[in-house]
Amino acid sequence: MSTFRIAVASGKGGTGKTTLAVNLAAAIARSQGNTPPLFLDCDVEAPDAHIFLKPAFDQSETVSLSIPAVDPQKCTYCGKCAQICQFHAIAVVGKNVMVFPQLCHACGACGLVCPEDAISEKDYPIGKLERGKAVNGISFARGLLQIGEPMAKPIIERLQKWALPLPGQTLILDAPPGTTCSVVETIRAANYLLLVTEPTPFGLHDLTLMLDLAGMLSIPHGVVINRGGDGSGIIEKLCQERQVPILLTIPFRREIAAGISQGELLVDMMPEYEQILLDLYETIQKSSQAVFETGRSSFQGGKA
Amino acid sequence: MSSKTARPKQLVIVSGKGGTGKTSLTASFAQLNQRAQITTAIVDADVDASNLDLLLEPYDTQTEAFHAGVKASIDPALCIACGSCEEVCRFSAIRPPTAAGLEQGSNGAYTVDTLSCEGCAACQVVCPVEAISMQPQQAGVWHRSQTRFGPLYHASLFPGQENSGKLVTLVKQQARLHAQEEGLQLVLVDGPPGIGCPVISAFSGADLALIITEATLSGLSDLERILKTIRHFKLPAIVCINKFDLNPQGSRAIRQYAGQENLIVAGEIPYDPIFLEAVTNGKPVTDYESESPALQAIHTVWQKTLDHLWETN
Repeated sequence: MSTFRIAVASGKGGTGKTTLAVNLAAAIARSQGNTPPLFLDCDVEAPDAHIFLKPAFDQSETVSLSIPAVDPQKCTYCGKCAQICQFHAIAVVGKNVMVFPQLCHACGACGLVCPEDAISEKDYPIGKLERGKAVNGISFARGLLQIGEPMAKPIIERLQKWALPLPGQTLILDAPPGTTCSVVETIRAANYLLLVTEPTPFGLHDLTLMLDLAGMLSIPHGVVINRGGDGSGIIEKLCQERQVPILLTIPFRREIAAGISQGELLVDMMPEYEQILLDLYETIQKSSQAVFETGRSSFQGGKA
Repeated sequence: MSSKTARPKQLVIVSGKGGTGKTSLTASFAQLNQRAQITTAIVDADVDASNLDLLLEPYDTQTEAFHAGVKASIDPALCIACGSCEEVCRFSAIRPPTAAGLEQGSNGAYTVDTLSCEGCAACQVVCPVEAISMQPQQAGVWHRSQTRFGPLYHASLFPGQENSGKLVTLVKQQARLHAQEEGLQLVLVDGPPGIGCPVISAFSGADLALIITEATLSGLSDLERILKTIRHFKLPAIVCINKFDLNPQGSRAIRQYAGQENLIVAGEIPYDPIFLEAVTNGKPVTDYESESPALQAIHTVWQKTLDHLWETN
């Protein structure tokens, strides 16, 4: 049985990505006959899923980039490294080569062009990975971007290679907000993308961007409306136009918001959500299977 | 010195966690500034999910292309399918020819996955037949608009793109230049969520960061990370707590943390459906004639924030 990979994203922040992702994980883990899923918190800038799933971390690993180290004995200050670097991460000033680690993409181009073989690589830490068992037997892992470091994407990439699902274990990926490369890195290998939105013009605008991105990546997707209410019509209209299913609407209730604010799970506060989320899980599995059988259009995320 | 130049002050509103109310607060500040006759250039630095324009009714919008970086492109007529490019690429962005592609008439050339390509040119360096060129990319657009509260600088990064930090820098630079030329007093920046690249770009040149957090455990956790980031860049900061009454205990925890960190709490804003109504109607919440506690709290936060901003060097 192959791994079913579900990504949860939103575009706009604070719509309830983490709420949906952690409760879906808990619902799957609690139902009879399921292997508890693997949960990856890919919001490495502002991770919050641990607040709800309460993992006990017992393993960690540093994420480093391989940045250039220049041997002053061999360097002739020809400047070819600085010329090729597309990111202005290496500069030759007189008899001095300066490397700016926070601009470096660790691509290795400088080493390839150095005629003196003066460039080797050294590790530059940008964050870390942690994993352990969480509530209901859920396997939990997350990445953490180090304070002051700009690049989140390599940490998200490394997290997915470090914490691998067991055969048949469902994978849940909690994405960062926004629509940039970090989000692509999180969702690109997913079999199904859950888009969480709120019924406001902000939610609508950012959902539209995410629908475009899901289309570009050819990932089957559906929408969950959080804090649903009278205003949901604008989201329904968009989903109708784009022929995207609305899988679930979670109403706004002050007591839900209060419980979530204290790290409570929705499936504990309102036990009926366990079955509701299991039904959603079944629906998206079927829908992803149907797409798979009719031949998915060509996008296959990288080599990973 | 009396000849002190009138450099516009720069205030950036951030949160770490998304959805805490940055944009609603920024729009309110823009309106309160205008009422107090504080001339302001407004910036939406959340370039990949920008929403501030939805509250400010922009007009006379001028749009320009944003070009950033390059992407590799392989000329299929020249490619000899040696695979050297794939070997050096660290971003898994080079794809070998597939059986299906060959069936469809491809001549066996390698191709580039432009979403993965970071434009480093390593493949171009090693290609023995010069089949690879680096092509400039349009990564988005940026706009200069007018609003009833002052000029607005905003942008849209195309979905899936890198270079959000560069686009943030660009719109901020444009706003700052304009503010200097016109002698405006303030550059007001609606920041992106998170603590990474675009946030760091939003901090550059800022005089003060206002953090808007919410009274939740997630809000507190992300407040700690954004405050550490702000302090890493040695920027003064103050904080306000949104929807504080949803979880009074959480609000106390945030106050306690702020106390430990010598972080001034500019105010606490209660939950009020008026925020949702304002967003739904595309207006700043301060547009409403209301004596509601939430509006009074916003006024207090605004006043305290500006008091701090004028005191910064």
